[in-house]
Amino acid sequence: MARIEAEVGKPQGGFIKWIDDRFPMTATMKYHVTEYYASKNFNWWYIFGVLAFVVLAIQLLTGIFLTMNYKPAAADAFASVEYIMRDVEWGWLIRYMHSTGASFFFIVVYLHMFRAMLYGSYKKPRELIWLIGMLIFFVLMAEGFAGYLLPWGQMSYWGAQVIISLFGAIPVVGDALVEIIRGDYSISDITLNRFFALHVIVLPLALIALVFVHIVALHEVGSNNPDGIEIKKNKDASGKPIDGIAFHPYHTSKDLVGIVVFLMIFSSVVFFAPDMGGLFLEHANFEPANLTATPEHIAPVWYYTPYYAILRAVPDKLWGFVLFGLSVLLPVFLPWLDRSRVRSIRYRGWMYKTALSVFVVTFISLAWLGLQPATGTYVLMARIFSVLYFAFFLLMPFYTAADKTKPVPDRVVYHG
Amino acid sequence: MVKLNKTAGLMVLGLCFVATQGMAAGGGDTHMEAAEIDPGNISSLQRGARNFMNYCSGCHSAQYVRYTTIGKYLGLSEEQLIDNLMFNADKTFETIQATMPSADAQRWYGTAPPDLSLMARAKGNDYIYNFLKGFYVSEDSPTGVDNLVLAGTSMPHVLWELQGYQTAIFSTHNNEDGSVATTFEGFEALSAGAMDAEDYDEFVRDTVNFLAYISEPIRSDRRKLGVWVLMFLIFFFILAAMLKKQIWKDVN
Repeated sequence: MARIEAEVGKPQGGFIKWIDDRFPMTATMKYHVTEYYASKNFNWWYIFGVLAFVVLAIQLLTGIFLTMNYKPAAADAFASVEYIMRDVEWGWLIRYMHSTGASFFFIVVYLHMFRAMLYGSYKKPRELIWLIGMLIFFVLMAEGFAGYLLPWGQMSYWGAQVIISLFGAIPVVGDALVEIIRGDYSISDITLNRFFALHVIVLPLALIALVFVHIVALHEVGSNNPDGIEIKKNKDASGKPIDGIAFHPYHTSKDLVGIVVFLMIFSSVVFFAPDMGGLFLEHANFEPANLTATPEHIAPVWYYTPYYAILRAVPDKLWGFVLFGLSVLLPVFLPWLDRSRVRSIRYRGWMYKTALSVFVVTFISLAWLGLQPATGTYVLMARIFSVLYFAFFLLMPFYTAADKTKPVPDRVVYHG
Repeated sequence: MVKLNKTAGLMVLGLCFVATQGMAAGGGDTHMEAAEIDPGNISSLQRGARNFMNYCSGCHSAQYVRYTTIGKYLGLSEEQLIDNLMFNADKTFETIQATMPSADAQRWYGTAPPDLSLMARAKGNDYIYNFLKGFYVSEDSPTGVDNLVLAGTSMPHVLWELQGYQTAIFSTHNNEDGSVATTFEGFEALSAGAMDAEDYDEFVRDTVNFLAYISEPIRSDRRKLGVWVLMFLIFFFILAAMLKKQIWKDVN
């Protein structure tokens, strides 16, 4: 209506209005930030989503500066990383932030996924958020894997050698597939170049796009909460959920506290233990890739080791690969495997609580076993934990349906 | 239920901690003596630099390490660097190159001596310390010596003048399954070197200290900066917590 009275040359409501007439800036801000309502009873398990976002930002920013000095060539890669570490101003800080960021990305994402398992965040109507999230996780695994080759150290080289050759176990197309991935008959300069392209362009773009879609999907259905209650069922006269508070300034101010705590932990590693005793930066990776000498013990970086332990637990190469792939894929089906009537662990019975606790122990044990040599007792343990890993998912329809749940309250539990 | 969540959280953290501890402890050799270097001791590092240039750099490069970097950290002037440490370099910004050509080394020893820039990070301080102390006379080896830490090494006992020669005592016993196991019992000196055992240990320790330093020259700086960063974050945390409390006042 106001537009009718508009006169040329007269102020029309300022710059913001000028934008808003052409792009939904204020509306988008309201929809996603100032009028996006999430439950007021979030606990600290709910920090890991925003932390994953923070780590993504750290990785993108530090990655840009690393790219300015890194040389993706077999003959120069290792030396260029040392050049960054020693001669580039603040290069060491940027590189340590990036290498530490890689490990923290997985820590944060694993905890973010665990939060979803605690409170049933993947259950209807949030299945799609979970699926997009799993896609993000797969891209992240590929991103980490491609990135790990780039320093061109011994572990970069031989770790990639072992993992890529796994695809050779696939019948008929296996060998051809391995060659396509490597672009060569062995891991070489060509492999390094294409992994660099994947690591800095293809996968980060996919990651950013998927994160965007993940958040759009989340804001469509709204965030879950520790009680697993739909807060949209209780709205006040203005249509705002009674138990919901605006993302900004409420959740943002709370998230800021969490981000600072995270940065403290992150900085402690970056400044005081960047190699984390060989866990975040493996010792063997301080030796340049040597095609003629295999390191005495090859293990992937810790964040892949749970699946790697499952792979090695199987005596057959093809079945090992199949179960390895299955172990990565199974969480995708959680929304349909979980038959419980309630979402949150708070109102579930002893069966799910027990299963989830055993799963946590299983996952961490497998991660540890994947770093150990595959000998005697370790293999036996890996087999036992592999069975437990699959049992958690495959038996889930039964124990979640049989589990005795508690009544869910109408309003979220919140102690001011 | 809040309690249960906290317990679950603590359990995860605890398990992570146990897991990392196990990983950090794994993979170490059993009979390694601790190097016990003192990274803050500048004179030890200076002696280590001298040892490195006198005994190592003939064959080994440290191709990522610039003389200027060392000079700055060890408090050495350009003249001191040129006079005392630079035997085959003209400019202080150069990196440490081995005097022996790599191709010749390959021919003479079968394998080129590895670059030592990152040896301490790749193998660990204790490994190098024990390696340099671990040469013993062996008839089978072309160099006349073998090494306890790296069996079959093609490196000769470069420091024999200082340490003297020693022999390694092994005991053998039969396992239950019929295989023979060898256990290292100790070294026995064959000839005396210019240094007694304690001085030699110090010599090796200084050298390892220097190698540890060049493997990550920024180490002490990053720790110092880290303290400031954490102090800032603690301050920031207090502000953020106060801000949160203020904003959340009307949430009930």
